[in-house]
Amino acid sequence: MGFLRGIAASNGIAIAKAYKLVEPDFSFEKKSVDAPAEEVARFQTALQTAKAELEKIRDHAGKALGADKAAIFDAHLLVLSDPELISPIEDKITTEKVNAEQALKEIGDMFISMFESMDNEYMKERAADIRDVTKRVLAHLLGIQIPNPSMIAEEVVIVAEDLTPSDTAQLNRQFVKGFTTNIGGRTSHSAIMARSMEIPAVVGTKVATEEINNGDLIIVDGLKGEVHFNPTPEMLDAYKQIQEDFEKQKAEWAKLVNEKSVTADGHHVELAANIGTPKDLKGVVENGGEGVGLYRTEFLYMDRDQLPTEEEQFTAYKAVLEGMEGKPVVVRTLDIGGDKELPYLNLPKEMNPFLGFRAIRLCLEEVEIFRTQLRALLRASVYGNLKIMFPMIATINEFREAKAMLEEQKAKLEEEGIEVAAHIELGIMVEIPSTAVLADQFAKEVDFFSIGTNDLIQYTMAADRMNQQVSYLYQPYNPSILRLVKMVIEAAHKEGKWAGMCGEMAGDETAIPILIGLGLDEFSMSASSILKARSLIRNLNKAEMEKLASEVVNMSTTEEVVEAVNKFVAL
Amino acid sequence: MLQKQFKVVAETGIHARPATVLVQAASKFDSEIHLEYKEKKVNLKSIMGVMSLGIGQGAEIAITAEGSDEQDALNTLEETLKREGLAE
Repeated sequence: MGFLRGIAASNGIAIAKAYKLVEPDFSFEKKSVDAPAEEVARFQTALQTAKAELEKIRDHAGKALGADKAAIFDAHLLVLSDPELISPIEDKITTEKVNAEQALKEIGDMFISMFESMDNEYMKERAADIRDVTKRVLAHLLGIQIPNPSMIAEEVVIVAEDLTPSDTAQLNRQFVKGFTTNIGGRTSHSAIMARSMEIPAVVGTKVATEEINNGDLIIVDGLKGEVHFNPTPEMLDAYKQIQEDFEKQKAEWAKLVNEKSVTADGHHVELAANIGTPKDLKGVVENGGEGVGLYRTEFLYMDRDQLPTEEEQFTAYKAVLEGMEGKPVVVRTLDIGGDKELPYLNLPKEMNPFLGFRAIRLCLEEVEIFRTQLRALLRASVYGNLKIMFPMIATINEFREAKAMLEEQKAKLEEEGIEVAAHIELGIMVEIPSTAVLADQFAKEVDFFSIGTNDLIQYTMAADRMNQQVSYLYQPYNPSILRLVKMVIEAAHKEGKWAGMCGEMAGDETAIPILIGLGLDEFSMSASSILKARSLIRNLNKAEMEKLASEVVNMSTTEEVVEAVNKFVAL
Repeated sequence: MLQKQFKVVAETGIHARPATVLVQAASKFDSEIHLEYKEKKVNLKSIMGVMSLGIGQGAEIAITAEGSDEQDALNTLEETLKREGLAE
């Protein structure tokens, strides 16, 4: 048995076999062969096996994930049929009498470096495709099994160094019961994904892929941030009990699905959900979300090789608006850059991507991309209660410019005779300190604020949230952050506007009492956190929390704040 | 040998998916089929060859076919280019 400690990234207990999503060892030696004809035949066998395997993956991906995901595998299959790749390999084996592994590697590498040296980001990415498929053939030559996450057909816990968006896109939600990764924090992609899939996850274990073997029985304790592998029977029983209790607790919370989010003394707040795709709506409805507080539209743009069309976007926005049946839906316009890249845009690499050309900055420059999105949103606006929000606003002029573009598209659509909702609330994300500080001025022009705490904390503390060594500075309860939040809420209320929060902090048990006290109007979080938050809020007293809030903003450290909350709220 | 010129009209040029469709179509014929762009000539049955040209919108390209089914091949490829809205 073994034990690892990490960061609790998604609630619950998962018990299943380990499925390691790691790179196998592909090392081999160059050898000369006596019978090249047999070696060519061995190469052909590996090639055909790899093709058959890819065809299976393609068909499966087509069914499980949709035609555009499957198209990637069509291109991969063509690489394996490419005469410019296959003939030179066979020639090399025959004339130089080298083993198939060596011939494959030399010719494959030649193509990889050819694509890598192109001055086009998109072409550079193709080098990865070639590497991917040649590896599959190499694996069959060496008799190695490559993990095929899209083919998982039994209950598993995924064990990986980290999970990228394309990894998680391939996972079958029916069988993947939990994650554990070596790196990452509460706001990394794998953590956000786990919460949206509503499966337990522990990230940042540092050594999970080294300590755990394929097929080991794993317990992922997403409540405490612990991972146990090959547990003793006693421990397994204990965890089965905890799992059962947690399910009961969840069932208890589930009774609050149709209840209001009101404090014990009758103050109402709105509990909304963060979503990434229309598929996430099911979770919002099942967890009693009172709206969508953050629809991250960038997922429409990711994992593909060109921009989504106006029509594709319109279809997605309409689906979300209709799915929410008139409840508010806050759509955030494209937030790309930073840790989220779009290879096909060919943007230059930056030294400090989080401080660089991203989100609204990019949209105001690449106006065609922005116009297309605004048109799609405006057209969808008649299907529900749409609110539009611009990300990464640092100055009033940026907001005015974005708003002017929206007005321009609205006028155009009306000219074309296309119906647009009469009033669409227009807001901004408050995630840059300059905007929080100037919130009183912004409040005169915007309809609402939504505080994006993940970035607000990173920018206020000057601590890269992807850098583990400075992760101790990610302090949501630091009084400096709480003061900024207070300024934003007060500024909104002074102008009769509302203030929400869509960062991780909005669903945090320690932060919620303070935020209630500060008067936050809307809390947007992972759908799976809503019922727990509702249960907590129904036990809080707003007047008391106001006292708590006024005390904590005058404290000096995170630790003092946490202690005060624990004293005020018997959790 | 037969040859025909085209002008690429697709906004994204001949990348990923369009290249896949084109190579799949060419691979069905016995003739030698080549694609020429900016004085570079590649095998149209080679996905990597086609992709390596980096053909963008507005590019002038030429397709040549040589072999027993050259007429058929060229007709099919022309039809594919037009049907997919890639070139005219």
